Amino acid sequence: MMKRVIEYFRSLMLLELLAGMGLTMRHFFRPRITINYPEEKTPKSPRFRGLHALRRYPNGEERCIACKLCEAVCPALAITIDSEEREDGSRRTTAYEIDLFKCIYCGLCEESCPVDSIVLTGVLEYHMESREEGILDKDKLLAIGDRFESEIAENRNKDAAYR
Amino acid sequence: MFEMIEAVFTWIQSQYLIWTLLKIVLIVLPLITVVAFYTFFERKVIGSMQIRVGPNRVGPLGLIQPFADVFKLLLKEIILPTNANRFLFVIAPVIALAPAFAAWAVVPFNDFLVLADVDAGLLYVLALTSLGVYGIIIAGWASNSKYAFLGAMRAAAQAVSYEIAMGFALVGVLILAGTMNLREIVLAQQGGILDWYWLPLFPMFVIYMISGLAETNRAPFDMAEGESEIVAGFHVEYSGAAFAVFFLAEYANMILISGLTAIMFAGGWLSPFEGMPVLGDTFLGEGSIIWFLAKTVVFMFMFLWYRATFPRYRYDQIMRLGWTVLIPITLVWTMLAALMTVLGIVVKGS
Repeated sequence: MMKRVIEYFRSLMLLELLAGMGLTMRHFFRPRITINYPEEKTPKSPRFRGLHALRRYPNGEERCIACKLCEAVCPALAITIDSEEREDGSRRTTAYEIDLFKCIYCGLCEESCPVDSIVLTGVLEYHMESREEGILDKDKLLAIGDRFESEIAENRNKDAAYR
Repeated sequence: MFEMIEAVFTWIQSQYLIWTLLKIVLIVLPLITVVAFYTFFERKVIGSMQIRVGPNRVGPLGLIQPFADVFKLLLKEIILPTNANRFLFVIAPVIALAPAFAAWAVVPFNDFLVLADVDAGLLYVLALTSLGVYGIIIAGWASNSKYAFLGAMRAAAQAVSYEIAMGFALVGVLILAGTMNLREIVLAQQGGILDWYWLPLFPMFVIYMISGLAETNRAPFDMAEGESEIVAGFHVEYSGAAFAVFFLAEYANMILISGLTAIMFAGGWLSPFEGMPVLGDTFLGEGSIIWFLAKTVVFMFMFLWYRATFPRYRYDQIMRLGWTVLIPITLVWTMLAALMTVLGIVVKGS
């Protein structure tokens, strides 16, 4: 009984509320943890799986040999490949399309590729202005690969020891 | 040239109506500006308390943000729900806003800066602050929506319950000051920070702030809005400029309650250093409008602080707190206040 009376008067002193307000006030003076996104960015792993790219060898020859392993392994059926025999007798793709709307960015295509041709780059800032742009054809994929080649190579090097 | 300006000035002063209108504009315009920046300040302060930065994109440090918000709201369409009562629907935000501004008429900014030095100022303030809830009730009714209606019902019950606690808290001030004139209430608190009424009436001071939160429907008492259960309560159906007016009313009310707390319990425009040896002799020791504004800002900050700290009350908890805790305490302290006056513990204007 006595205990309850004491408890009642303690509650009237609003001690818990003051403790809570003290906490928020302490947070008020803490340095902000916000990252101002376009100006500041969080660090990104070399294994980051972003936009797709097709790579070339240093001599400019495209790596893809149209083995279609990526097409076979793709769980979302996002990859479509057509191939033919080129004049010099090598097997090459005539069409290599990735449907970005289907893709789940699992990275299995990258892992299955025997020649490190199809890769997922660290690029995450891209957009489409129409539905057609969501389907990347061979030219676009190669262009992405050319543009980010140094970055892709660097990330692969960093991760090479663990593959 | 100078004489002409002076002549025009004296002519304006002689025209009572124009002079008063001018004074009203001088109060209302800064008030609206302060409301705009108060919304910005709120987002910044709550952001800081959650260790984030808050709005910082529009203009330097995000300072233009409130104007961007205002323009966005003004340019949007006001949607009238089908079967809504058109007249009441449109008039409700105005009813909510008008008392929040009208109450400033009796607020003394300093010894002589007051629009209407009314003897029943306290009654006037109590009457007007309780009028504000009609805007909310009418809005909820006119919207013809169940969420809005629930919000309105809650607002009504909450306002009725907390009005009593608020009124009794002010009765304490009334007993100690012996006057209803807000200017004289401030003057009765003269003599430094320890002579203000927050000390002898401390529980009432706390209860006034709590019921002020409830009256303005602010977190943790934002039952009328009830974001988590009834979407936005009484203003679900409002959009565009009409919604902006509700917003304006809510923040104007918060500023009003802050100002009133400063007047009733924190010595209005009086300086806290009054009568102190060193500081009291400098300009800081004199009472001025700056002190009143500083105190108001402190109480305004408290509103945001509470919102950042406390989780929302449940409806029945609000009712229990109001009726079984706050009102009994104010009743007891009213007696004590009377005793303090009779025994001469608290002397007027010492």
